[in-house]
Amino acid sequence: MGSPDALWLYLVTASTPPAEALDGLTGVGGSAVTQVSCGSLTAIVELVSLADFGAEPLRQHLEDLSWLEATARAHHRVIDAVARTAPVVPMRLATVYSTGDLLTGMLTDRAPSFLAVLARLQGRVELGVKAIVSHESAPAEPVAAGRPAGGEAGAGAGRAYLNRRRNEREAREQSRQRARMEARDIHAVLSVLAAGSRLHPPQSPELTGRPEAMVLNAAYLLGAADVETFAGEVGQLRHQHPDLRLELTGPWPPYSFAELDDEVA
Amino acid sequence: MTSASEITWHDSDFDPRGTDRLALVDLLDRVLAGGVVLAGEVTLSVADVELVTISLRALITSASTLLNQGTDTPRPGP
Repeated sequence: MGSPDALWLYLVTASTPPAEALDGLTGVGGSAVTQVSCGSLTAIVELVSLADFGAEPLRQHLEDLSWLEATARAHHRVIDAVARTAPVVPMRLATVYSTGDLLTGMLTDRAPSFLAVLARLQGRVELGVKAIVSHESAPAEPVAAGRPAGGEAGAGAGRAYLNRRRNEREAREQSRQRARMEARDIHAVLSVLAAGSRLHPPQSPELTGRPEAMVLNAAYLLGAADVETFAGEVGQLRHQHPDLRLELTGPWPPYSFAELDDEVA
Repeated sequence: MTSASEITWHDSDFDPRGTDRLALVDLLDRVLAGGVVLAGEVTLSVADVELVTISLRALITSASTLLNQGTDTPRPGP
């Protein structure tokens, strides 16, 4: 651990967070988070050391899953705590400034964009909806049951086994195709209820640790007052799509909707 | 039949420590693919998409390694 010589940026907000929101809150480097004010904006930052959070150390750390997990959770903990008190624009993980001047220069230059995004996000939260195929044809029977035993019955049994495997594969592909169409319908219904929506790539089975296919991984931006209605609609959709498992997550700070307008151009 | 208990609410109260229960994958979707990217103005432009892609690839590799070694999670079908 080196001496603190850089700033890890968590979020930008237009209001001064209440002291109790930051009280006792530690960040990715284990230090207390603090605020940097600049005009009408406030940045929530932590003093970190470039020895740990400089470009090259970060590059190496990001390959380490346990480091990534601890850092992602700490980054989120700070953003979540402040987002409960005021609209915030969350930063992507690993946004580090080597001097305070660079940070305040950026805040000054992009203040209009930050204020526009903050106005758009005011009073809104993000909900996540994932759809996972729940009734998929089971994986093939244990091979022993159908494996050709050899001898003259072997060829016929072998063909039957291969046919069965092919039919299972086709059935599984058809059911996934159906599931993907249902997911499109679900997304269309939910998008109408939301102020914004964004599709994330479906999570791979390697990451979820579950073999079932994910066919929808979406984020929706909702007014706080619309959350209950939205959750109720997800409940309805569960009944209409019994072959899918719908998982609702959140409310999240609006990570998926934090985009400065001047980035789009 | 659908009740609130069927809904996966990760943080029903306002305890920041409760967020430790969030699924890591859902969190990474957001902190690595969401949030404002200030590359270019940042001295250490480590938040750029390329690096995130690289680290996600590493993550997938290490996650599947962990899964295969650490638990007897059923393997996906062929």
